Amino acid sequence: MNADPESILGLLRGALPGVHISLRKNPGPSAQHSLLIEASGLVEASRFLRDHQEFDLLSNVTGIDWPDPTKADKVAPTEDEGAIAPEVGFLEVVYHLFSTTRRVGPLVLRCRTKDRREDVRIPSLVSVYRSAEFQEREIYDLFGVTFTGHPDLRRILMWDEYVDHPMRKDYVAPDDYEYEPTPHDAVLEKAKVHYPAPS
Amino acid sequence: MICRAPTLEGSDEDQLLRVSLGPQHPSTHGVFRMNVVLDGETVVRLKPVFGYLHRNHEKIAEGTSYLASMPYTDRLDYICPLSNNWAYALAVERLAGVEVPERAEYMRVILAELTRLINHTAFLGFILGDMGAWGSALMYAFREREKILDLFEDLTGARMMANFMRFGGCRNDLPTGWAERVSVIVNDYGPFLDEMEKFLVGNEILLSRSQDVGQLPKEQLLNGGITGPMLRAAGVNYDLRKADPYGIYERFEFRIPLGEKGDCYDRIMIRFLEMRESLKILRQALAQLPEGDYIHPKAKLRNFKAPVGEVYSRIEGPKGELGFYLISDGATNPYRYRVRPPSFVNLTLLEDMCLGLDLADVIIILGSIDIVLGEVDR
Amino acid sequence: MNQDKMETPAAPARWTWPGLGLLQGLAVSGKNFVQSFYKKERMTTVQYPEERAPISPNFRNFPFLCYDGDDPKAGLRCTACTICEKECPPQCIYIVLDRDENGKSLKRPKVFDIDISVCMNCGICAEVCPFDSIYMDGEYELSTDDRFGGLMLGLDRLSKSADYHMKLRPEQATEVMERRKAEEEKKAAAAAAKAAKAKADQEAKEKAAAEAGASGEKGDEA
Ligand code: SF4
Ligand code: SF4
Repeated sequence: MNADPESILGLLRGALPGVHISLRKNPGPSAQHSLLIEASGLVEASRFLRDHQEFDLLSNVTGIDWPDPTKADKVAPTEDEGAIAPEVGFLEVVYHLFSTTRRVGPLVLRCRTKDRREDVRIPSLVSVYRSAEFQEREIYDLFGVTFTGHPDLRRILMWDEYVDHPMRKDYVAPDDYEYEPTPHDAVLEKAKVHYPAPS
Repeated sequence: MICRAPTLEGSDEDQLLRVSLGPQHPSTHGVFRMNVVLDGETVVRLKPVFGYLHRNHEKIAEGTSYLASMPYTDRLDYICPLSNNWAYALAVERLAGVEVPERAEYMRVILAELTRLINHTAFLGFILGDMGAWGSALMYAFREREKILDLFEDLTGARMMANFMRFGGCRNDLPTGWAERVSVIVNDYGPFLDEMEKFLVGNEILLSRSQDVGQLPKEQLLNGGITGPMLRAAGVNYDLRKADPYGIYERFEFRIPLGEKGDCYDRIMIRFLEMRESLKILRQALAQLPEGDYIHPKAKLRNFKAPVGEVYSRIEGPKGELGFYLISDGATNPYRYRVRPPSFVNLTLLEDMCLGLDLADVIIILGSIDIVLGEVDR
Repeated sequence: MNQDKMETPAAPARWTWPGLGLLQGLAVSGKNFVQSFYKKERMTTVQYPEERAPISPNFRNFPFLCYDGDDPKAGLRCTACTICEKECPPQCIYIVLDRDENGKSLKRPKVFDIDISVCMNCGICAEVCPFDSIYMDGEYELSTDDRFGGLMLGLDRLSKSADYHMKLRPEQATEVMERRKAEEEKKAAAAAAKAAKAKADQEAKEKAAAEAGASGEKGDEA
């Protein structure tokens, strides 16, 4: 059963008057609407949801890279007034909360960074939900979001000396393979030497 | 059990021993490493190290069509490819609003429950290997597993890399006589489980090595995102087949076994009980299996496009909650594709479970979590 | 710990008489040990490579290309449409379309390579091919000492006859054969009808022309 983000939005706004929260509609058939929460109020909001709304399981945490900010609003549009449309690309972190006692979920929370390079901070939820620990490390590793307050923010899947963030949309994969037997697309150019040119 | 408050500060630095367990170690179930700090035999710190099998499955999936990701999901948790197939197919179906015919739903349930049998059976073999019963138990388990894998091969063409589910059904219909062969296996499985239980359950080595090892309070487990048999062994009644039903699980009668203490012993036993429940589901599903389409006639293979939107969809995989999070921007490939792997998240509390115990217990605890590195590292 | 006692999901027995469990376990291993000498279903070892276990009729390994008739080149069903190349998940197919001197497509591949060191045996190529051309093979003895070239299958090693397909997967091949035959007949019938229609049209035209000619002649006369 999907959670009811609209009523939760009212509750959250009542509990955290200073935090800007907007409802994001999901245009697809799944109808899993989400709540976009301002980064400064994220920890408070999730603590409220855990302690007062019985959302005791933070199941999934993941990042999304939006180099094109208009696309983000296409996938998760809002009708709320006062929701400021972002001007530059940004990174987004999505949280899926469930309640094991009330058996509702997912309640989808989103939180955005200011941009993709300079200010990529989002508060860590590890103090509220321990399950975020490794998943936030993964987002830090693959997307490059810095989680403030994370107890042990290190790379997790890539090795420590690695510099880039592979899940970003503008990531360029290395092409120093030892051997590329089946050439495709970009590799096709280089492979022309080995193959008869399509005449 | 004497459990000293485990801190690094309190211990004499000179006495500490740093052990790197893995990545090539028979007890780590793959290429997984644990950096363990020991004070004598006692674990005072444990940091898991991941990534040896990382291939960025998510990035690959974002670059290819929806269909082309299906064979990659086989390689996530390679012990149970068909559950992964189902989880992914279900997510795409929910993303695009695709219908699934009745017969295909039944086939999926049968395959998923057979997969659960495989997984839990293999688990029993592995954990006994971890305890030192190296050989017999694993061979008995694999003998039974092989019979089911033969069925899978006849149905899907491959023992493990099934690539069987499609958006809107399954790839092909059951071959003639296949369902009957499943019935035979289902009928033989009960006696096998009895034998396995006799073989193990009263065994003092198993009892003394697994009882009161690695338990944590329920609340902490939930907060740590632990799902699946691990959570239910601690007594939390949360099985997605009942709590958030998908497919046609509402039609079957089965119970959710729960443990009491949540130690390694309960985790082993819960798998026995779950297998018996799976057998019940299988019997019902086989009896009710209807005729009809195995795939929706309008289902699309090539050029599949999902409408703009996103979905998080999850199933009760044999190891825990297996979720897929997909974002579609209307193109033929997903904009974002995320797997929520149960093995990976279940490792969050590994350190907490092991602190203050002996190094030998770490092996059992890791075994009881039941990880597959294909899924942890993705 | 049997099923019936589980009304309220209960924790299993946590204690037994010391030694009893071990003895029980040993009895089970003893039974299995003895059984492995006389029980038929337990003696599954096959003396490979002298003997081979039968493979499942559905078993799939690497793809092959099917051709009709005897000539692997002329009978190849593949039209080099590159659908399979695009759908292949690890992108291990490479196709170059064959063209004649004028650059006109010959509707057949000049190069068709599958790199089986990359192929993941998924069978998607066979599923999406609209021309019944590519199928999954059951051949599994493919080890080679040439890591690169030996694992790169070209047209010569990929092309296999329709008879081979029939032997490998009789059910599928029969279905395909019948469908192709029906289609061909339909095509032939359509072509015949078209030819007949063209002929009729031609005749009608000729007749009309003759008539017109006749009337013209008449007109000329007048
Ligand atoms: S094998 Fe089939 S799909 Fe592939 S190029 Fe040939 S005709 Fe097209
Ligand atoms: S079987 Fe799969 S991986 Fe292999 S060539 Fe066909 S589509 Fe590609």
